Amino acid sequence: MGQLQNFSKGFIKDNPVFVLLLGLCPALGVTTSAFNGLGMGLATTFVLFSSNLVVSVIKNLIPDKVRIPAFIVVIASFVTITDLVMEAYMPGLYDALGLFIPLIVVNCLVMGRAEAFARKNNTLSSVVDGLGMGLGFAFALTVLGGVREILGAGELFGFSFFEGDGMLVFVLAPGAFIGLGYLIALNNIIKKRIE
Amino acid sequence: MEYFVIIIGAVFVNNIVLAQFLGICPYLGVSARVSTSIGMSGAVMFVMTLATLVTFLIFNYILVPLDITYLQTISYILVVASLVQMVEIILKKVSPALYQALGIFLPLIVTNCAILGVTILAVREDHGFHLLEAVVFAIGHALGFALTIILFAGIREHLDMMDVPKGMRGAPAALVVAGILALAFMGFAGLV
Repeated sequence: MGQLQNFSKGFIKDNPVFVLLLGLCPALGVTTSAFNGLGMGLATTFVLFSSNLVVSVIKNLIPDKVRIPAFIVVIASFVTITDLVMEAYMPGLYDALGLFIPLIVVNCLVMGRAEAFARKNNTLSSVVDGLGMGLGFAFALTVLGGVREILGAGELFGFSFFEGDGMLVFVLAPGAFIGLGYLIALNNIIKKRIE
Repeated sequence: MEYFVIIIGAVFVNNIVLAQFLGICPYLGVSARVSTSIGMSGAVMFVMTLATLVTFLIFNYILVPLDITYLQTISYILVVASLVQMVEIILKKVSPALYQALGIFLPLIVTNCAILGVTILAVREDHGFHLLEAVVFAIGHALGFALTIILFAGIREHLDMMDVPKGMRGAPAALVVAGILALAFMGFAGLV
């Protein structure tokens, strides 16, 4: 597989949220606006990129039986770095994302790529995979956040589309589930067209 | 009375799945049958209560006195992971019947963000919980998880027999159903 294909598979074909259904908790929890979705997506991309890099470098040093705890420690260290950096430099976004930043540790996507990809491939492929999958995740979160923000508040990244109140339900919890449901269905259709 | 308020708040008002979006993976993954969702709820309740008890003690008696609370994430995930392993080994020896029932769900729980989420929430300063309150808080959230996943499994068993449009089959339809359930649970907002 070429590196370009390796990078781009995360967007439509193997999108972590729309197709693999991984990392749904942050995907539903923080996407009240496109900006929050993008912030969460980029934070996860950083963790995924770094953990894939480290895991692929040290994969031969870790005995097979203790690999899962070892991966968890690597991932948790990068999550703690992200947590502290965001608290210091982006306090607004940090408050909006709240609990979901420490919870990047248990995002099945990060663990899944370490276990399924970085453990078996060379460093370059692993880094490209981490970056592609992470940006695919950020793409999905931004789209879902954008849909909810436009329908719920009539805005996107601060640009206002219409006056007055939107459908408030899309900013609240039920809108997250329903919005994601229809986006997955849409992605299924697009995927079929491409094939 | 105070414990009652904590439980009602955790089960209905701040429902862990439908209001706080934690534990979505098992919620969608093991809710195809009512029987498996009951097994999963049992395992979650067991681990969540134990994990909150242990992490609460670690946070207040080790991390806070040594002023290393920034190690919270790393220490908590290690506690949860090793606790699950330990529970699995002990159950296998002590109660093979319970192990049979919960066994396959236990490894899945390590990456269940509901567990880590509740253990972190239980030591948040704005609650100011003491030990017993924190444990009740965990039990309440586990009950909330059990309620929603069993309700959802019951609906999904019927959904299988319905004529759903092709593109919506599987996950999309399940998510829309979850959205409608969340809408129903919004009726409890402001109760406590």
